[in-house]
Amino acid sequence: MSGKNINLTLKVWRQKGPKDSGSFVEYPAKNVSEHASFLEMLDAVNEEIVAKGEEPIAFDHDCREGICGTCGFVIDGEAHGKLKATTVCQLHMRNYEDGDTLTIEPFRANSFPVIKDLMVDRSAFDRIISSGGYISQNTGNPQDANAILIPKADSDEAMSSATCIGCGACVAACKNASAALFTSAKISHMALLPQGAVEKDERALRMVAAMDSEGFGACTTTGACEAACPKEIQLTNISRMNRQYLGAVLTQRPKHKDGGAG
Amino acid sequence: MANILDSKIPSGPIEGKWEKAKFENKLVNPANKRKHSVIVVGTGLAGASAAASLGELGYKVKAFCVHESPRRAHSVAAQGGINAAKNYQNDGDSTYRLFYDTVKGGDFRAREANVYRLAEVSASIIDQMVSQGVPFAREYGGTLANRSFGGAQVSRTFYARGQTGQQLLLGAYSQMMRQVDAGTVELRYRREMLDVVIVDGKARGIIVRNLLTGEIESHEADAVVIASGGYSNVFFLSTNAMNCAVTAAWKAHKRGAYFANPCYTQIHPTCIPVHGENQSKLTLMSESLRNDGRVWVPKAVGDKRHPNDIPENERDYYLERVYPSFGNLAPRDVASRQAKYACDEGRGVNESGKAVYLDFADAIKRLGEDKISERYGNLFEMYDKITGENPYKRPMKIYPAPHYTMGGLWVDYNLQSTIPGLFVAGEANFSDHGANRLGASALMQGLADGYFVLPYTIGNYLGGTKLDKVTTSDDAFKAAADGVRKEISTLIGIKGNRTVDSFHKELGNIMWENCGMGRNEAGLKKAIQEIPKLREEFWQNVRIPGDPNYLNVELEKAGRVADFLELGELMCRDALERQESCGGHFREEYQDKGEAKRDDEKFCHVAAWEYTGENKASVRHKEELVFDNVHLATRSYK
Repeated sequence: MSGKNINLTLKVWRQKGPKDSGSFVEYPAKNVSEHASFLEMLDAVNEEIVAKGEEPIAFDHDCREGICGTCGFVIDGEAHGKLKATTVCQLHMRNYEDGDTLTIEPFRANSFPVIKDLMVDRSAFDRIISSGGYISQNTGNPQDANAILIPKADSDEAMSSATCIGCGACVAACKNASAALFTSAKISHMALLPQGAVEKDERALRMVAAMDSEGFGACTTTGACEAACPKEIQLTNISRMNRQYLGAVLTQRPKHKDGGAG
Repeated sequence: MANILDSKIPSGPIEGKWEKAKFENKLVNPANKRKHSVIVVGTGLAGASAAASLGELGYKVKAFCVHESPRRAHSVAAQGGINAAKNYQNDGDSTYRLFYDTVKGGDFRAREANVYRLAEVSASIIDQMVSQGVPFAREYGGTLANRSFGGAQVSRTFYARGQTGQQLLLGAYSQMMRQVDAGTVELRYRREMLDVVIVDGKARGIIVRNLLTGEIESHEADAVVIASGGYSNVFFLSTNAMNCAVTAAWKAHKRGAYFANPCYTQIHPTCIPVHGENQSKLTLMSESLRNDGRVWVPKAVGDKRHPNDIPENERDYYLERVYPSFGNLAPRDVASRQAKYACDEGRGVNESGKAVYLDFADAIKRLGEDKISERYGNLFEMYDKITGENPYKRPMKIYPAPHYTMGGLWVDYNLQSTIPGLFVAGEANFSDHGANRLGASALMQGLADGYFVLPYTIGNYLGGTKLDKVTTSDDAFKAAADGVRKEISTLIGIKGNRTVDSFHKELGNIMWENCGMGRNEAGLKKAIQEIPKLREEFWQNVRIPGDPNYLNVELEKAGRVADFLELGELMCRDALERQESCGGHFREEYQDKGEAKRDDEKFCHVAAWEYTGENKASVRHKEELVFDNVHLATRSYK
């Protein structure tokens, strides 16, 4: 797999820490193989920076297979770069031309504070999950798995929602920095399955409340999230979340305190 | 030392061992569980499921991960599926058959009792995961779908498209997050475990570095679970995520936990081949592809034609030819070696000559592109993105790569290491896969350990052990924390000329060349000479810019590479001592026309290495393996 090599200029956002102010710094990326991934290109630039005794560009990454959701930043104004349905680790340099100048900056949202350079803190997503993104089934002795029949179509639809990798591109792409696509994907996944449907009202109320309290903005259904999503999570999830949330609010009842009989 | 490798296998017939153990285990009453604390290091399938289960039982759990979120753990990347002996297909599966296949698949180097338990609880894992909302593939009628995998002749693999690991991890993660919400699990992100603290001979806590602030923290508990995954990144290029490291397990090893069978590395047969110098990692293509994909190379040496121009009678479908009964579904070690042989003969494809074809043309003709897309679509897209080639139109190019490590910290039947109170789960332990791991069994083991084994065995330990109160201001904690600080300041102070990655790549190259798909005495001896020299240079010449007191990625990598530089040597020593071929350990001197030749007389044992100090030779201990049920026999997939 030989191929051509290209030369690029990178304008990279450098920021020492959450409290420091940042700025763009220019780096050359020379002799980049078109078969290298975007992150491998950055690795090579970093090796040169370290050789000079300077601190390398910090960016989040891990599996480099497009599934862990760790990587992600903005390239020329687009979360995860210019390819559709692609994480930045799966973006390869054959998609760029010799002589290109690329602007690279972190996902920007108040709820995703910058940690360093291109790394941001997305722990707000975990707090949304711990507010109700689960099924309250104790471990131990569940019934046989085939005792719950799930129509293939429902199961497939749940799976499509469940493929969200929690990378945060949806938030970065949204002008309001809304987390509606992420939150609704989880809500849909659970609600579409019989195991999760029984507590869907409570889940929708809690997860939407958690999303709001983390400071994410409101959804105005412009669809920028869907366009940026590397896993093609669909806007229909947001419709489903809104319907569920509204239904739950309208039918919300005071909770009974059902004490045990001793 | 006589009883130190007591495997604690319960007596009696294999079918009743786990029931017997569970009955004989000491229990901790619910009110007392709240008084006990357990630390879990790692939050992949094994760690998250252990934390969730222990939290739900009422223990106070502290879970630690190096990631920014537990959902990033590398279990997320597993593609193909998870085995379970459900026999939903009515094709002859049973607990005993899964047990049999796994023992045989591991080339008779796993412990029978552990493997039987794994097969026994496998069915419960599926029930458990379905109840937690994992959207496994279904048939139209709503029942669960299955497919087959390498090393098995029944369809027992459950899957969620090509993202089974992701969905299982999200299931276990969501259960752990539920316990976080309930207050039983406390989660610490971006923490790297850098030491285990031993008090009165028992594991009582850990030292971690906060990766954001550089702060060294001490945490105490009544028991510690290490579930930190495998060490394939010792090869630099592997299918493991970039942050996968041996560090947590290695630090425990240096504190007294024996390291078992380090030479057993699984080389996965279907990865995207290496493209060039700057490559950072390899990407696996799920083994499930071999259900429909046919592996071949040109019959003629040096045939550089476009694959679609090579006629049928000039292709060598070598797996189907050599192993007619398993064909393309031969186990991973066997399939990997055959790929290597084909390439060594000069029949490899790709410019490097280090690749073979995985061809879907027949399957597309038989089933249609839609069906293939439904089964493997996301994998095809991934391949296209990485290589720029469309696998619907021309065969994929694949080559073997380091993937999973069967070696790990030695544990007994209770998953307890040689340090009392230190438990090891999932890929970090050595227990269930022997010398080779069959497909779809890593996810099974991680979840079995976390959901169905540790909750019982840790209870037994806590219920039957007198534990004095310890605090993090005790001397043992202070000494361990000081040791960690000293190592960090030494690393930072070197200020040499070479980058961390350059050392890692050089080590990886030594390991792949000498301790990779094939090993021989001369190569291993050479590696054992070269690695200490490289290690010495590392400690004199590594360059780590920046400050240790805040986020410093180069420092993190340096610590991990320092541990790999020690582990690598032990792997070679273990491989040198094991004068036989078995599973993923192929000693070229011990073969029978390309097939592994085991030596059960001399090597039907686990090798467990004891650390004896810096630059001192480790001591090799043996746990003899007994095969009462699946009788020792030469594996044949022909």
